[in-house]
Amino acid sequence: MTIEALLPNWFAASLWERFPTAILRRLNRGMIRSHIKSSCAVSLRLLLIVAFIWLAGCGNTATHNPTRLVLTGSSTVAPLALEIAKRYERDNPGIRVDVQTGGSSRGILDTRRGLADIGMVSRALKPSESDLTAHTLARDGVAIIVHAANPIEALTSDQIKAIYTGQTARWHDVGGSDNPITVVNKAEGRSTLEVFLGYLHLKSSDIKAHTIIGDNEQGIKTVAGNPLAIGYVSIGAAEINIANGVPIKMINLDGHRPSTAAVADGSYPISRSLNLITLDAPSAASRKFLDYARSTDVHDLVVQQSFVAVAP
Amino acid sequence: MSTISLSNKASSPSRRDGVLRGAVTTAAVAGIALLAGIIFFVVQESLPALTEIGVFRFASDASWHPLEGAFNMAPMLVGTCLVTVGAVALALPLALGAVVFGRFYLPPRARAWVRGAIIVLAGIPSVVFGLWGLVTLVPLIAAWQPPGASLLSASIVLAIMITPTVALLSDSALEHFPREQVMAARALGLSNWAIWFHVMLPARKHALATAAVLATLRALGETMAVLMVAGNVPALPTSLSDPVRTLTANIALEMAYAVDTHRAALFVSGLVLLVLVMALVLTLGGKSKTVAAA
Amino acid sequence: MRATALTSRRFKKDAVLAVFGGSALVCIGVVFVAIVGEMLWQGLTSLSWTYLVSAPSESGRGGGIGPIIVSTAAIVGISMAVTVPLGLATAIFLSELPRQHPRLARVLRQCIDVLAATPSIVIGLFGSVFFAVTLGFGLSILSGGLTLACMALPLFVRVAEAGLRTVPGNYRQAARALNLSWTGTLVHIVIPAALPTIGAGLALAIGRAAAETAALIFTSGYVDRMPSSWFDSGRALSVHIYDLAMNVPGGDQRAFAAALVLLLLVFIINLVAAATLTRLFGQAGK
Repeated sequence: MTIEALLPNWFAASLWERFPTAILRRLNRGMIRSHIKSSCAVSLRLLLIVAFIWLAGCGNTATHNPTRLVLTGSSTVAPLALEIAKRYERDNPGIRVDVQTGGSSRGILDTRRGLADIGMVSRALKPSESDLTAHTLARDGVAIIVHAANPIEALTSDQIKAIYTGQTARWHDVGGSDNPITVVNKAEGRSTLEVFLGYLHLKSSDIKAHTIIGDNEQGIKTVAGNPLAIGYVSIGAAEINIANGVPIKMINLDGHRPSTAAVADGSYPISRSLNLITLDAPSAASRKFLDYARSTDVHDLVVQQSFVAVAP
Repeated sequence: MSTISLSNKASSPSRRDGVLRGAVTTAAVAGIALLAGIIFFVVQESLPALTEIGVFRFASDASWHPLEGAFNMAPMLVGTCLVTVGAVALALPLALGAVVFGRFYLPPRARAWVRGAIIVLAGIPSVVFGLWGLVTLVPLIAAWQPPGASLLSASIVLAIMITPTVALLSDSALEHFPREQVMAARALGLSNWAIWFHVMLPARKHALATAAVLATLRALGETMAVLMVAGNVPALPTSLSDPVRTLTANIALEMAYAVDTHRAALFVSGLVLLVLVMALVLTLGGKSKTVAAA
Repeated sequence: MRATALTSRRFKKDAVLAVFGGSALVCIGVVFVAIVGEMLWQGLTSLSWTYLVSAPSESGRGGGIGPIIVSTAAIVGISMAVTVPLGLATAIFLSELPRQHPRLARVLRQCIDVLAATPSIVIGLFGSVFFAVTLGFGLSILSGGLTLACMALPLFVRVAEAGLRTVPGNYRQAARALNLSWTGTLVHIVIPAALPTIGAGLALAIGRAAAETAALIFTSGYVDRMPSSWFDSGRALSVHIYDLAMNVPGGDQRAFAAALVLLLLVFIINLVAAATLTRLFGQAGK
């Protein structure tokens, strides 16, 4: 009965009618031919093919193939790393660099297990991660954003703390309109959340959020669509969106104006380093890529992604 | 020559039949093995969490903060059910209303056009519904009842997503309705209302129920569209405008960032979904034999 | 007097039905226009021939989606190469042999039902463990294709089985009268007669697979370069759309353009499926 469901009476089917059946008829002829051969032999061959694919797959991990570099980790770093990788591949024929997105914790895990040659981490390494070496690629600030129509221009970290823990529930209490605040938070495990919590000295469970988002753009779209929302996102992403006319604005934090320039000169307080990480002794191929990724050759790519380039 | 080929023909079919029967039965076993494999791997990956944390803490912990050792999944199970029920409750009357209107009041040509349009709507990838919901629907709801991303918005987006499926399925359920019965009912002076509620609906209730079941399962399994519009706060909602997190969104939102116990706990989300779906299929699917994928 | 009261009540109920149904239809229409309109409005400006064939640059804000279309085709191709033979065999079992193996058939049918209802993200979790890690395929087109096959299989089995069942019994009787073997009957009579439905099942399965996002992020990965082997990671269109919308500042227009391409692809596939079905059931119904 469900099959009938898809019948479009309206569709006269004059054009398409013949097309699929012709292909399928040909397919059918092939089927008959293959059937004349012994089915046993066919299934044996299939088994061999599967076994072959399996073996080929086993030999295909990152460690076995020196001309292929695998990068996994932070979704913030991934787009930048992907662009760098493309340019690196262009300049070094024969080398392939695979960039997989995920999160910082995944980058650390995969690097430790040897699943990735290089991990991507969008925060500084913790003391418990001293077995790894960080190679800073760029810096990125975290800005507090509100809707462009919100009269608020600046907040102190105490006010933000009160808003995020639910003690301040209305914009009125911090000098805005008499409306409830919509608190936008990031999902557990994301390093933007960790950097933000670290700055405010909060635990994840202290936060009373009204909306939890995944990636940066979801946060920006959420705040752009809600005049009462407050959120925090990458300064680079916010700048691009503001330039594109998206109705959000970055507000001053403890008197500091957020901008990529302020992150570059170190005056803006919440920022994080975007790192490539390796085990203590990276392979020659990894080291070559790391040197390239931190050279001035790729600074234009860093700027294009609205991050702050660091001196090599 | 001819005798040889004849004897060949006489002997090979039965052997071939045996081979085909064997191959086909193997495929059948493989189909069962696939489900068994899925269950096995999901259970295996969630075992670390099930043994370390224990089954009960998934319902009794204070909240869902896996990095701080709190693993309460109950609000998400409730969220999944509420969003699904909400979506079906919105989609079912809408789709049936449109189908009835099409049957009784639209000329065949117009009905064909509507049907074509609904087929297009059915082909839109769910990510697009999510994106539309995030940039258009959520702000509308936020202006009326902040925060916007909520049980309501998720239900609406899912309802929009499944309405075409329900409409197409229920329309086709009525497709081969005997014209004589309708004409007899008309001759008896029955109104359209009576024909629909007392003649057509009872006669096709199983097929219509199947449509509803299929739509329910599709809504239950949706991930990306829900993640974009539901607000994703893992707490019990107290009103329609409260945010919810579904089990599917929970996996998609945190999987890439999860290690060790956190990751295993996300596999437990998958396991809960699997159990929920099996329970639904075995109870609902047993009644209507014609449940087919759509 | 009584007659008029009755008529007016009848009239009222019918009016309610008409107004409710009409407004439901208008509701669906408004949403339809809003969503497709927004896709066209935002997406059409970026859509061009070069967009379809060139490689993405600036994380997808520039360039096109050529390699992504190729990866999508490869992933969907693998999944169908697995789904069709396996699904056809399973469908033959369900339609031809349930009397010989009643218990197996019953269990299989329930398994297929559960598989068809399993959320795609759960199948994605399975694929990310079994294909990517246990079998060692890593994040690759192969892993993604096989994972999608698990998703598409139950759908295809369902449609193909229905197709095989609708072949009239007298076809089989005639074949038996001609002393055709079971295999011969299937290969020469039953499957050809059911081919339009089977083809439609194929197209539906392709449509379902092409629109999948969640399962592919964990299995086929994120790399947007032109794949050169089955073990390369390849980004599918749906993953590209999701990344543009959620992770790339200023990626919305490109996301809508890619969505338009995907919609067109899925729509054409669905049309092919629907047309074949019309053909089959149009004949059988009369």
